[in-house]
Amino acid sequence: MTSAEIIAVIESQFSEAVIENEDLADHQVELDSAHWFDIATFMKNDPNLSFDQLECITGVDPGEDSQLQTRYNLHSMEYRHKIEVVIRHDRENPKVASIEQLWRIGDWFERETYDMYGIIYEGHRDLRRILCPDDWEGWPLRKDYEGQESYHGIVVPKIKEEEGWE
Amino acid sequence: MGVLENKFQDNVIVASLDKLLGWARSTSPWYFQFGLACCAIEMMASAASRHDLERIGMMPRSSPRQADVMIVAGTVTMKMALRVKKLYEQMADPKYVISMGSCATSGGPYWQHGYHVLKGVDLVVPVDVYVPGCPPRPEALIEGLLKLQEKIQTERPLTRKIA
Repeated sequence: MTSAEIIAVIESQFSEAVIENEDLADHQVELDSAHWFDIATFMKNDPNLSFDQLECITGVDPGEDSQLQTRYNLHSMEYRHKIEVVIRHDRENPKVASIEQLWRIGDWFERETYDMYGIIYEGHRDLRRILCPDDWEGWPLRKDYEGQESYHGIVVPKIKEEEGWE
Repeated sequence: MGVLENKFQDNVIVASLDKLLGWARSTSPWYFQFGLACCAIEMMASAASRHDLERIGMMPRSSPRQADVMIVAGTVTMKMALRVKKLYEQMADPKYVISMGSCATSGGPYWQHGYHVLKGVDLVVPVDVYVPGCPPRPEALIEGLLKLQEKIQTERPLTRKIA
C-alpha cells in the first residue's frame, strides 16, 4: 500500500485522530496522542496494514517555542510498506501512551527517548534512563538544555561558544 | 659503588636496593586491561603480535588489583568517570596512569559540546604520562610507555623524602 492508502485506512477507523499538517512529507502522518494506543493496536493487528515491525522511535525538539514530537517508524514485513507516525506533545507535560507491550523493541526505544527528551510513556513497565546515569539532571537533547555544572563533585568546565579557542 | 665495583665475577651486579627496585618495577609495569573507545583498538594493536607490549614487560591484567598501570584509552564519560576513579582506587601502590588520546587528556572532540564527557581524566585521577593523538598509533603509545618506564626508574622508593 502507498502511504496515502495507509493513511486512508487509519482515517476510516479513527476519523478524528488524523491531524492535517502541511509540514510533513508524504510518508508521514500526524496522529492525536489521545488515540495513539488504540491506533497502534489497530495498525499492528489489522490484516490489511499488518505493521509487525517497529523500526525506530525518535524524539524531536524543533525549538524552544514549539512542541516536542515523538516519531515512530513502522514497517510491515508482510506487505513491505512503511509509514512514519508523528505525535506532538505539550512541552511542559509531554506524555503519550506506551506501545512497549505491542512491539517489545519499543521498551528500549522509549527509554532512550525518555532519557534524551523527558517524554513520559505512560504504561511503560520500566521507564528508567538508559544511557545517562540514573541521577543525571535534565534532558540532554532538548534545545533548552543546560549542561550540569558539576557531577558528583567533578567540576564541568563551561566553554562558551563565543569565547572560542583562544 | 666505587669500592665494590669490579671486585666480583662478571655475573654479579652491585647496585643499591633503591635502584634495583626502580629497575624491577619499570621493566614489568603490568597494565590494566580496559578500553573505553577507539583508543582501545590501538591499545589492543600495541599489545598484539606486531608491536608486542610484552617485549617491554607489559602484560594485560584483567583485575585492577593485579595491575600497576592504568591506560585510560578513550572517551571518559561522566558515568564512566566515577567507575574509573573507583578502579584506580582499587589498584595497589605503586600505581601509574597513562592518559591515552585527546579524549582522555582534555575531552578531545567533545571539549565544547560534549555535555556528558569528562574534560580530561586528570580531573578524577592523577596522570603520569599524556599520550597525544586521536587515536595515538601504537608507536606513540609505546613511546609514552617508555617515558613512564623512565619515570619509574628514577623513583627511589626506599629513600626518605625530605620535605
